Amino acid sequence: MSEPMRIRANVQGDVADVRILMRHPMETGQRKDSKGEIIPVHFIQSVVVTHNGKPVLDAQWSQAVSRDPFLGLRVKGAKAGDKIAVTWTDNKGDKRTDEATVVAAS
Amino acid sequence: MNQRRRALLATAGGAGAFATLGLLAPGRARAAAWNKPGFEAKAAGDAIRNLGAANLTESKDIAITAPDIAENGAVVPVAVTSRIPNTQTISIIAEKNPFPLAATFDMANGAEGYASVRIKMGQTSNVRAVVKADGRFYTAVKEVKVTVGGCG
Repeated sequence: MSEPMRIRANVQGDVADVRILMRHPMETGQRKDSKGEIIPVHFIQSVVVTHNGKPVLDAQWSQAVSRDPFLGLRVKGAKAGDKIAVTWTDNKGDKRTDEATVVAAS
Repeated sequence: MNQRRRALLATAGGAGAFATLGLLAPGRARAAAWNKPGFEAKAAGDAIRNLGAANLTESKDIAITAPDIAENGAVVPVAVTSRIPNTQTISIIAEKNPFPLAATFDMANGAEGYASVRIKMGQTSNVRAVVKADGRFYTAVKEVKVTVGGCG
């Protein structure tokens, strides 16, 4: 089972600054283990971010994105209490969705 | 009559199944099909062509935020801000990586022209941003020196 994402969404004015931290090995398929065998490629290919159910960002990634990926975006027209949901899908078809509530920036 | 109803039901069911798979999902930022030829291209030029970009215009309205020197190539923070109106997509290309295209971001429904991500870089290289706005392509570039590569 994959571990939960950490999602922060702080709104200032009407723009929400969304920061997402995912947990994923993001293997490039170029590394070798201690026995000299190639570790199979395993990475997040797609990340979809929605704001109150409407898609705002659709990311396509390669294995060049770092391990435990970070994603930052800005959503206009957001207010405190809105919902931000994030779904990633990796090259093995595994998926994970997590949700957070937009809060006013302190 | 009955047969027609059955046919309609079958069609609706089929469309539903496709939508679940993200193949026919409505709306602008549908889960786009993963750009296999782009991500598997081994040369930056091929990757850019596979984004559908024939002519790139250099733009000062694209800002790339990345370190001048990255000590650890495994984690290079790269943020791209596009002030070009109607920015639709932002792509990040590490030109000398084995597979240069690192990420493409499709914006919709109020997402600003901004994306921030951390990428791996095998060696010192130009990091190129390609922005699509109103169907045209713009670009900017920034060199990042890598002390220890992060692709192996």
